[in-house]
Amino acid sequence: MRLENSYSYKTASSKLVQVAEIASRYMGRPEMLMKVIIQAQQVVPAFSEEVAAVIAREMEIPQTQVYSFITFYAMLSVKPRGKYIIRMCKSAPCHVKGARDIVRTLEKMLHIRMGETTEDNRFTLEYCPCLGICEISPAVMINNRTYGNLTTESVRTIIKQYIREDIEE
Amino acid sequence: MKETLLLLRNRGKIEPGNAADYIAEGGYEALKKALFINSKDIIQELKAAGLRGRGGAGFPTYRKLEFASDAPGHVKYIVCNADEGEPGTNKDRILLSSDPCSILEGMAIAGKAVNAHVGFIYLRAEYSYLLPILENAIKSSVKANCLGRDIMGSGFDFEIKLRSGAGAYVCGEETALFESIEGKRGEPRYRPPFPGIKGLFNKPTVLNNVETLANIPPIFLHGSEWYRSIGTENSPGTKLFTVCGNVNRRGVYEFPMGVNLKELIYEVCGGIEDGRELLAVQTGGASGAIINASQIDMTLDIDAVSASGGRLGCGTILVIDDRNCILDIVRNNLDFFRDESCGKCTPCREGGTRLYQLVGRIAEGRGSIRDLETIEDLAETIRLTSLCGLGHSTAVPVASSIRNFKSCFWEHIDKDYCPVCCEEGGYTE
Repeated sequence: MRLENSYSYKTASSKLVQVAEIASRYMGRPEMLMKVIIQAQQVVPAFSEEVAAVIAREMEIPQTQVYSFITFYAMLSVKPRGKYIIRMCKSAPCHVKGARDIVRTLEKMLHIRMGETTEDNRFTLEYCPCLGICEISPAVMINNRTYGNLTTESVRTIIKQYIREDIEE
Repeated sequence: MKETLLLLRNRGKIEPGNAADYIAEGGYEALKKALFINSKDIIQELKAAGLRGRGGAGFPTYRKLEFASDAPGHVKYIVCNADEGEPGTNKDRILLSSDPCSILEGMAIAGKAVNAHVGFIYLRAEYSYLLPILENAIKSSVKANCLGRDIMGSGFDFEIKLRSGAGAYVCGEETALFESIEGKRGEPRYRPPFPGIKGLFNKPTVLNNVETLANIPPIFLHGSEWYRSIGTENSPGTKLFTVCGNVNRRGVYEFPMGVNLKELIYEVCGGIEDGRELLAVQTGGASGAIINASQIDMTLDIDAVSASGGRLGCGTILVIDDRNCILDIVRNNLDFFRDESCGKCTPCREGGTRLYQLVGRIAEGRGSIRDLETIEDLAETIRLTSLCGLGHSTAVPVASSIRNFKSCFWEHIDKDYCPVCCEEGGYTE
């Protein structure tokens, strides 16, 4: 039941058309699934059953394979996600530099817990393993941008920008 | 203490995505040499240089090339492992972003050595912002005829393709990485067959870490004898060290193998931040040993660190000060392994979770004296029976911390108050 709820939701048909176009370029080339998925992620933030079905159809691979693939990788999701995915590094180099305080600030500020999405579908909070920018830990990655040397004040300033404006990729 | 800049010689000096800049600094000269000598001699030169893998295991690079070179078949691959996932490690990001052409050159030389014509770079998703630099580096190298068809008139073709990950630590394991490039879940394969015989797309494959590949051009440029003059007898060359955590000057530094850990922390990196005391150091990332402050006067080369029960691994030095608690660090490490286990083999999937629970229980003051025995037994079982390096590594921080911080474990089992572990019961999810 839980799986259905988080996998079976509506995706706009205009988006499905765009995903289909991307996937159709790699028909019969299952090894290109990663490329298709990463490009499709520019169109849809998460992969609903409908999106997975379109990819499977266009690439001529089983839909279960698409589902299995997406659910394996941490940066891909079948669950709906917000416009901005805030990935908080959970690894030790950030941990020893006060990552816990940053997590608390983020949760309080957005009124969601780690793993959740805000009601307006603008933010998703997630933990992620090491971002590889440990010389500026604690660090977060918001979509494709990284921010480091975070303090509880600086992280508030950063999030405020995202609350108010649309930040270009 | 002055750095020895071999791999980082071009850092900040050249435009990274521009092969012409790299060539102006002597780039692709090594490839030019290698193109006109035969495959066996290339491998022989790497053997003479004593180059060992920089990704973690320290396996002799020439042997990987030898396996693939001797394997039958016309289609072979070179793979660059740029899935730098070990917590606390940034060295490959620095290399990829400051001097990507040196990696391309290393791949081309390896290609020539085993007669492979296609190379793949598998870049982790967390570094996707480096893709444009790598694309430009490849394009400009092809334009300069240092990659592509008939390189420098030698008749040798070599092209390099970029592939992305999507967030999975286990994909740094070579066979899992192959699976991922093939469009599948990144689950490690059973071995044998080994990658040198059946690797990517079931073809003979040589997979090397970014830093290992970057070592190849200097060896061919200056010769193996010169290379051996740097570093130690069994680990020649330099090593990139990522120093992170509670230290004043964090960053990636390049020193000859065999540098002293204490000097690295106190002289190069300016000691512990905020005037605190050193509690512990973890070398080699989450999969490395945790040692205490009295043990840090040690030599950093592959064999010396192994002999002390840890691993140099990818050269990560996590400095932990006395505001932290070892139990909390071990719990953090185990949380990582538990999350990143791919789930294919039972010891790693179930054992990792159980270890996390057991250590967490002790950290929160709910542990029993018998839990310690269970932990040691379980850690050893996981180490012996897991399918891949991820499972083998899970045990390392646990076993080493019990060895080196016995009193800390006792204090938690005695239910003494620990402000770090018990304040709020640690992480809540």
